[in-house]
Amino acid sequence: MDFPIFHLDALGNRGLIAVIAVLHVLINHGLAVGMMPLVAAMEWYGHKKQDPRWDRLAYRILFFAFLITTTVGALTGVGIWFSVSLVNPYSIGSLIRVFLWGWFIEWLVFITEVVLILCYFLTWKKKAWGGAGDGIGKTRHIRLGFALGFFSWVTMAIIVSILGFMMDPGNWLSNHTLWEGFTNPVYLPQLAFRTPLALAMAGIIAMTLTLFFTRRDDPFRYQALRSVSLFTLMAAPFVLLGGWWYYSVVPETMVQNLAVSMLTLEFVDWHQTLIWGMAGVTLMIALVAQLGVWKPAWVPRPVLLLTLLGIIWITGHFERVREFVRKPYVIGEYMYANGLRVEDYPLYARDGVLAWATYSTPLTEAEKGAIPAGLDLGRVQDGKDVFMITCSRCHTGTGVNAVRNHFARMFGDQPWSPDLTMGYMEFMHEAQPFMPPFPGNQRELEVLAEYLSTFQTNPAAIAGAQVAGVKLRQPDAGTQTASAEEHQ
Amino acid sequence: MNPQTPVPVDLPLPLPAPVPVLVAVLLIFFLMHIVFINMMIGGAFLTLWYEIKGRTSRKWDNLAHDLAASITVNKSIAVVLGVGPLLAINTLYTTYFYSANALTGDFWISVIPLVAGAFLLTYLHKYLWHKLPWGLHVGVMALVVAIFAFIPLIFLTQITLMLQPERWTEVRGFWDALQLPNLWVRYAHFILSCPAMIGFMMVWAYRRKPEEDIAEIGIPRAELIRTGWRWAFWPSVLQFIVGPLAWLTLPEVPGPTQGVDAVFALSAVAAAIACALIWLDMKAPDAKVGRGFWPAAGAMLLVIAMMVAGRHMYREAAVGEHRLAVAEKTADFVAASKAARDAAASAAEAVE
Repeated sequence: MDFPIFHLDALGNRGLIAVIAVLHVLINHGLAVGMMPLVAAMEWYGHKKQDPRWDRLAYRILFFAFLITTTVGALTGVGIWFSVSLVNPYSIGSLIRVFLWGWFIEWLVFITEVVLILCYFLTWKKKAWGGAGDGIGKTRHIRLGFALGFFSWVTMAIIVSILGFMMDPGNWLSNHTLWEGFTNPVYLPQLAFRTPLALAMAGIIAMTLTLFFTRRDDPFRYQALRSVSLFTLMAAPFVLLGGWWYYSVVPETMVQNLAVSMLTLEFVDWHQTLIWGMAGVTLMIALVAQLGVWKPAWVPRPVLLLTLLGIIWITGHFERVREFVRKPYVIGEYMYANGLRVEDYPLYARDGVLAWATYSTPLTEAEKGAIPAGLDLGRVQDGKDVFMITCSRCHTGTGVNAVRNHFARMFGDQPWSPDLTMGYMEFMHEAQPFMPPFPGNQRELEVLAEYLSTFQTNPAAIAGAQVAGVKLRQPDAGTQTASAEEHQ
Repeated sequence: MNPQTPVPVDLPLPLPAPVPVLVAVLLIFFLMHIVFINMMIGGAFLTLWYEIKGRTSRKWDNLAHDLAASITVNKSIAVVLGVGPLLAINTLYTTYFYSANALTGDFWISVIPLVAGAFLLTYLHKYLWHKLPWGLHVGVMALVVAIFAFIPLIFLTQITLMLQPERWTEVRGFWDALQLPNLWVRYAHFILSCPAMIGFMMVWAYRRKPEEDIAEIGIPRAELIRTGWRWAFWPSVLQFIVGPLAWLTLPEVPGPTQGVDAVFALSAVAAAIACALIWLDMKAPDAKVGRGFWPAAGAMLLVIAMMVAGRHMYREAAVGEHRLAVAEKTADFVAASKAARDAAASAAEAVE
């Protein structure tokens, strides 16, 4: 990357994106895409039956959804942009140059969605919109609700194309057009999975909210629970069908990453257990929804809350898996997870990554202070720069997915000498296909190994550009040193 | 160009749209976005002010309640309108914007939880009116105001830093970047525009509000309109001190700035006309006050449009030369990459 490099050494850079993105997906799917048609359906049903209790419940659920989607939901959507532009500006910048108009259209739809939700919520109790039970006004208001549901879905339908593109750009690799990128092979299957998932998620959330918004001794509570359970049950089979279609188009190489993507490397053998856990939660969702249809009075609040937590966990985990399986790429076959383009690798192998790097991320005093005696500070600085460019997008020094922990697992207490670690790093992508190949030249591999050897005794967190600032790399410093060393 | 100025490699992909189109998206939608941001922040300032004033007089409390309702609507529109300009600035100024983002990254990303938290607090404040102890309720809005006042500082730091690549190697984080020249006076310029914009919104809203709603507030319509005008007028008058200061302290840039000076001078003239129109309407009899809204609003819109255009011209003057150097280095990189790729392919063929 040729930007100043932002780095979070505790949470990890991927962790920052994950926290924001997963929160956004949960809110977007559960409270917007799935919930808006459900609320409109509840309003319609109440109007049809002339039962104001449905109207009251629908309004309360909408109130909750409105508060969350227009605050945390909207901001986490923007937050995905912010976090990705910090963590991997090369990938988001490239995506924008492909999908600008897709995003632009999505933005126009988003504006429509926000205007509609403002109108839908703020006019609910207005007389002209049927707040006093006026038939024509109410019908118009219900239509507004369904229009809102449709536009919420369209925003997701556009964004899912970009998510699919990152997994498999398809024909875009040979023909760089928006249309080729938009119609990538993963697009429709992923959309077919997310749509019913959003509806099912909204159903479970609405069931939970119903228990909070109605009284235990009110028979309407059970009537509402039964209807919402039915809605959830209807979506459930399509989640499975969509999931199967989606899984079938995930590129073969990515399927191989599934075991690691589900858990961290240390616990890779547990993935079978995890799959059973996920199946268990899915079954629990189906059973609770079935129970809601059959005996709504038997659905206790703790079980519903547990099911809700389960669906949140599954969705979050699904996003994690989706993010991980596309490794070693961040954009399939075009850009590696480190932000370096596949086609530039021969250049980096020839010149080194430092030769084309504008910035150096200086070692802080704390980092310098913990470097063992005998190491050349200039080479350690070069090593840090190589680390920042080639490793830091996914790895930290001391926090989540720390190199230190991986080395401790692999090499234990023996000294992490460059001789020991270089051999591993040079060929790690063959043993672990989710790792990008090391992009630099031999000297860079050596200085990286020297830098990483300090991790065994150095507890200092790695400082990114937001803390340490940046310095200009002297032009060709690394290459010149390499040439001099090779000459000797 | 200063030899210590970093010249990075840009993304080796072409821009997805003609530059004038992207510029139009950036300027038009940014103008709309900033007006709603001004009204959102100004609405919070005034809500807090009138709620405190309303401790002794119910009518001001009613006015505060009425203004509080506008914050949550303005904030939704402001956020959604900000996405388009963000998209355009990402595309047009990739190197500059992302570099400034990274150099103050911890504060840049803190915008998200801070604003989300402030938005939730505005709802808490709105829906728990007279349901919380007075001090706590006012405290909630004071916290919102503090957050709303801090966020523009983060944005201004970003867009100031992005135009000064020669300083990228000097800056050590957000607090350090706050010392960039022109930043604080620009911040004052922005903060003053917030009550002015909510003043305009008050005049617009209280001209058309139904009689029963006006009666509920307990302040005569003409007085409400004049209150709005006062908020629009006095901060705008102060801008005749702060605005020229912001203009004169703009850092020297490599490109020509005569056009920038001309546009800013014209905007000062338009601002004077807008202030005169506000003054005239404010002094009109009760039955006629507010009728001069549209001419004054039109003049003020012209002022903002010229500010936005002038800022864009300055931005181009600041980065134009640097952008050419970046394009040259990017072309070198692409050519070197192709040569290395071809050489690697030939070597592989030779081995086979």
